[in-house]
Amino acid sequence: MAEIHLDPDVLSGLQEVMEGEYPKLLDTFLDDSQKRVEALRKARDDAKALGRIAHSFKGSSGNLGAVRLAELCRRLEDGSAQLTRVDLDELVDEIDQEFALVRPLYEHERQRFQL
Amino acid sequence: MSSLAPVLEPLTILIAEDSAADLLLLSTIIRRQGHQVLTATNGAQAVELFTRERPQLVLMDALMPVMDGFEAARRIKQLAGEALVPIIFLTSLRESEALAQCLDAGGDDFLPKPYNQLILAAKINAMDRLRRLQATVLQQRDQIARHHDYLLHEQRAAKAVFDKVAHSGCINAAPNIRYLQSPYALFNGDLLLAAYTPSGDMHVLLGDFTGHGLPAAVGAMPLAEVFYGMTAKGYGLAQTLREMNAKLKRILPVDMFCCATLLCLSAQRRVVEVWNGGMPEGYVHEVATGKRTPLVSRHLPLGVLSAQAFDDGTEVWPMALGDRVFLLSDGVLDTADANDQLFGAERLQQVFAANREPDRLFEDIERALAAFRGQARDDVSMVEITLQAGQPLRAAEPVYADSGQSCPLDWSVSFEFRAQTLKSYNPLPYLLQLLLEIHGLRGQSGALYSVMAELYSNALEHGVLELDSRLKRDAQGFADYYRQRNERLGQLNSGYVRVHVQVVPTATGGKMTLRIEDRGPGFDVEQVLARPMDVDRLSGRGLSLVRQLSSDVRWSDGGRSVCVEFCWGALA
Repeated sequence: MAEIHLDPDVLSGLQEVMEGEYPKLLDTFLDDSQKRVEALRKARDDAKALGRIAHSFKGSSGNLGAVRLAELCRRLEDGSAQLTRVDLDELVDEIDQEFALVRPLYEHERQRFQL
Repeated sequence: MSSLAPVLEPLTILIAEDSAADLLLLSTIIRRQGHQVLTATNGAQAVELFTRERPQLVLMDALMPVMDGFEAARRIKQLAGEALVPIIFLTSLRESEALAQCLDAGGDDFLPKPYNQLILAAKINAMDRLRRLQATVLQQRDQIARHHDYLLHEQRAAKAVFDKVAHSGCINAAPNIRYLQSPYALFNGDLLLAAYTPSGDMHVLLGDFTGHGLPAAVGAMPLAEVFYGMTAKGYGLAQTLREMNAKLKRILPVDMFCCATLLCLSAQRRVVEVWNGGMPEGYVHEVATGKRTPLVSRHLPLGVLSAQAFDDGTEVWPMALGDRVFLLSDGVLDTADANDQLFGAERLQQVFAANREPDRLFEDIERALAAFRGQARDDVSMVEITLQAGQPLRAAEPVYADSGQSCPLDWSVSFEFRAQTLKSYNPLPYLLQLLLEIHGLRGQSGALYSVMAELYSNALEHGVLELDSRLKRDAQGFADYYRQRNERLGQLNSGYVRVHVQVVPTATGGKMTLRIEDRGPGFDVEQVLARPMDVDRLSGRGLSLVRQLSSDVRWSDGGRSVCVEFCWGALA
């Protein structure tokens, strides 16, 4: 599970559902996710905020087939109440890295619909 | 998309979701399923949109900025009122506490992320079915409520009409009638009517139609009309009963009829005449001795038999002043206790026996019923009539439209009523109507009718039927007298009663002379008139009454012919 970064079946399903709106969905997701990654970084001191952001991020990344990203968000959301500051920091970093990893994949997918 | 079931009716669906990508994805899916989409990115916006657009279904993210999904759900449910606006929470909340929170806030279902469009479509359809079901239930509930209101309104209106009909007689005005009727007894088919005859006798009817509700009450109208109309015109019980029976037989369906007791109480003659068809036994209560004579049902109810088969035979009982007649409906006897035991006639007898104050009889019966059952039925009717002297003679009830200018003042007419007619026809109402064409006699219609009735029955009973009035000396002889009267009348094949009317104008008004003849043995006028007026004797009362009421009375031909005069002055 942890090895899958981006589920290609989810993407083809989304493309089928969204049709012409598919590129817009990818744009929205990338834009939205960028904001959430930044928000997570800023909220390192606030466990509650971390949990809330992780919950939303988990939802959208799940919907967009970013399987490992969604899993990391779930661990952050679930652990926000119990985990130590160090562990939380580590998870935020992992999410940061995972998004950095999938982002080019989505951008690449987005390229297919340029013009 | 094509694999999805087609949407029957497009819905307007509100989506509240703060994640832009999820919102875009979800709204695209739903739009492609054929629905209209409204979008909000926080709870406050969702509530505002709901208020404005009234969508039929809401998809709600739980965690949102400004106002979260729980609070928004609570407010939307409140705004929706009785209508079901399903709210599906968009969440993959896994803790049971959070799921319970969604349900507490009014959530109807959940949709986990990542979204599956097949499941989403199925859930929307399922929720739409529930929504429609609720709408149908509400609509039908309101419809039932409207119908119920309508029925109640109709019943109230009908009751107002019936109350007018049922109480248009003397039931409330007569000082000697006490009755107790549960307020909606009429809608259980109970009917109580009372009215004066032209001679001041009182007719009372206690009826009980089969069935319940409006169908049981509709028959009351025609029955009351016949009762009042014929009583006011001076018809006797037999003819009134025949007319009632024929009318009900004609208009009511076969399974509907009317049990009834019809009474004629005459304070002048100190008798009560009774016909009981299917009602519980009432009683004549002789106050002096405490004896109660049951008024037994001897006939089928009204509206059952054809005119040919109908029996109008009545029973006559003597009554002293102060004696009482008590009638009741089966609601009294059929009051059942918790074990379905009926109150019954025996318990009623015990109440009678224990009753010390006659005026408190109703209260005693009611108390006994309450003790027996604990709650009142709505079809209990009781009536008690006391025989009181000095009932005023009534002027004829109908209002006349003519001014009297054209009334006939110089004429005569003769009738001869022979055996076949005497058996079944009462000519008195017809004669009274004829005489009331004379304006000047209308004020004396009561006296006129009383005198005619007395002289006619003397001619029939003593003249034609040769019955001996001395038989009526005591209660036993009284019963014998009326039994013999019915027997002889049934076998009658000769004899006649002649009635001659002569009207002449006088200087100040007019004079009507009425002569009644019979072909009988006659009687010794001097001797009968010389007898003292004795209240204990049940005979001989009629002649003194006639002498009191008319201007002049003369007998001739050995008592076979009697002549009375009524005079009137100038009309105002």
